[in-house]
Amino acid sequence: MTATATATAPRTTAAATTRRSWGPRRLGKWGISLVGLVVAAIWAFPVYWMVLSAFTPNAYLRATTPSFLPTHATISSFRTLLGAGSGFWTALRMSLSITLTTVVLVLVFAFLGALAISRFRFRGRKAFVLAVLFIQMLPAEGLFIAQYKMLSSAGLLNNVIGVSVLYTAAVIPFTIWMLRGFVAGVPAELEEAAMVDGLSRSQAFIRITLPLLAPGLVASGVYAFLQAWNEFTIALVALPAQSSQTLPLWLRGFMAASASRGVDWAQVMAASSLIALPVIIFFLFVQGRMTSGLVSGAVKG
Amino acid sequence: MATTVGAPARQRRKPVTPYLLLIPAVAALLLGLGYPVYWQIVTSFQKFGLAQQFGQPPTFAGLDNYARIFSDSDAFAVVVRSIIFCLVNALITVVVGLLVALLMRAVHGWVKIVVQIAMLLAWATPVIAAVTVFRWLFDDRSGVVNYLLVKIGLTSYQGHAWLATPMSFFFVATLIIVWMSVPFVALSLFAGLTQVNDELIEAARIDGATNGQILWRILMPLVRPVLAIVLLLQIIWDLRVFAQIRLLQDAGAPVSETNLLGNFIYELGMARNNFGGAAAVSIFVLVLTIVLSAPYVRSLMKEDES
Repeated sequence: MTATATATAPRTTAAATTRRSWGPRRLGKWGISLVGLVVAAIWAFPVYWMVLSAFTPNAYLRATTPSFLPTHATISSFRTLLGAGSGFWTALRMSLSITLTTVVLVLVFAFLGALAISRFRFRGRKAFVLAVLFIQMLPAEGLFIAQYKMLSSAGLLNNVIGVSVLYTAAVIPFTIWMLRGFVAGVPAELEEAAMVDGLSRSQAFIRITLPLLAPGLVASGVYAFLQAWNEFTIALVALPAQSSQTLPLWLRGFMAASASRGVDWAQVMAASSLIALPVIIFFLFVQGRMTSGLVSGAVKG
Repeated sequence: MATTVGAPARQRRKPVTPYLLLIPAVAALLLGLGYPVYWQIVTSFQKFGLAQQFGQPPTFAGLDNYARIFSDSDAFAVVVRSIIFCLVNALITVVVGLLVALLMRAVHGWVKIVVQIAMLLAWATPVIAAVTVFRWLFDDRSGVVNYLLVKIGLTSYQGHAWLATPMSFFFVATLIIVWMSVPFVALSLFAGLTQVNDELIEAARIDGATNGQILWRILMPLVRPVLAIVLLLQIIWDLRVFAQIRLLQDAGAPVSETNLLGNFIYELGMARNNFGGAAAVSIFVLVLTIVLSAPYVRSLMKEDES
């Protein structure tokens, strides 16, 4: 409010003294910047509120007047969650096992696939690329009952490998597509030149090509990690036992258990923060690559 | 010299190598997606009734399960609701995303970075955490939304239960989805807008173009391809909304009136053991997705060929 008041005051004087178009445009930019800050605040608020509530004692969260600043910060909610009996560590172990299995499988399989479609021209290549692009659009929601029946008849419900294979299949199409760009960016001539200089094929690959592909592999790995870590739909049907819950399922169960005696929002927000914060940090590393990967075709026209 | 270079190059182009390289990926896709799709097609023609609950093998039902998607009033209500929800959410997301992208172009450099960080925070938040936080924001007793509404004089919102009636349930669901989806749209469109040459804008301004003319005559035509793609992606993604609805329903919403396609499939398959019906609706969703994806896939194929 004060900013708009001060912004309008010099406008008239500026317009009177300098070129007419200058003043309003510059001051208009300040007004727009203020709108930008408000938009940023609105978008960041839920995340801020989650973290703030996680560090506030539940009694204060239940007060009639909420506090918008950390006035009574405490880590007691986190202490309860990380202590024995909350189930957090069991769920974390399950999430990590599934996520890491998925990341390893995806990286190896997708890398080989990307190598095939970017370094070779072969019969059926176009059909394969077309299939990959369509498959990456298929929603888990249109497949998960069939996947549940498949796992249950194979006796693989509540099993790390079973879920990891489903996640791998879901993530591979996009990672092949993403890695293809990276592999194509390393010219085969570079490898051949190294071989002319006396390196063997595998040496040339390990010393020349692989280091150049590292950023692509990291981006693909983090993408696979995020997908598997956040996944809820398939986990819901494929991991029915409480002992095999991943973190998203655990958070849901934790909240349901808490709801029966009036939700302990401080603990629920602390649990959300524990799941979300590692992901947010990871995400900041790969987001540029993901945006450009999804719409690059359109940007280039 | 020529032979040492030529030999490995020819070896690399041996036709069998690419197929070997593709084996693991294709195997994973066949196992994780191929077999489920096959099972679904077969099952969608089978009838799962009371007899099957007692162990009888399912009987052939022809296209009954598909016909029921449109003839059964419950199922058809879900289809209509999902399509409306999907289109409304996709449109709101793209419009808000475009406004944020234009805003990012107009603000000072440091404000742009602040907006970008705020967008990334929302984008990175896992679905489960986002829905949980929004349930807390909209909590009837201690939620900050009700507090603020009462504070500005809307006292009827004291203890208002947002998730108890379908309309306000979908209002909260829309807020969650828009909040989560706008960052991708805004940052993609912003990337498209930065391709627009500043000199072009300056030249237009010197020629006397107003801000409105610059927006509609220069910026919009240039970002139209990106706009079309993000709108299409949003429509496809909003058609598959499941987790957000399922997690909001946990708060005690009327389930049958708030189900979308994914939730309906879940209920048919997991709660009612009607696998034939679940499979038919799933195939319907998959076919719809493939039809909608065609223009997007075509644009990516163009990129692959270049």
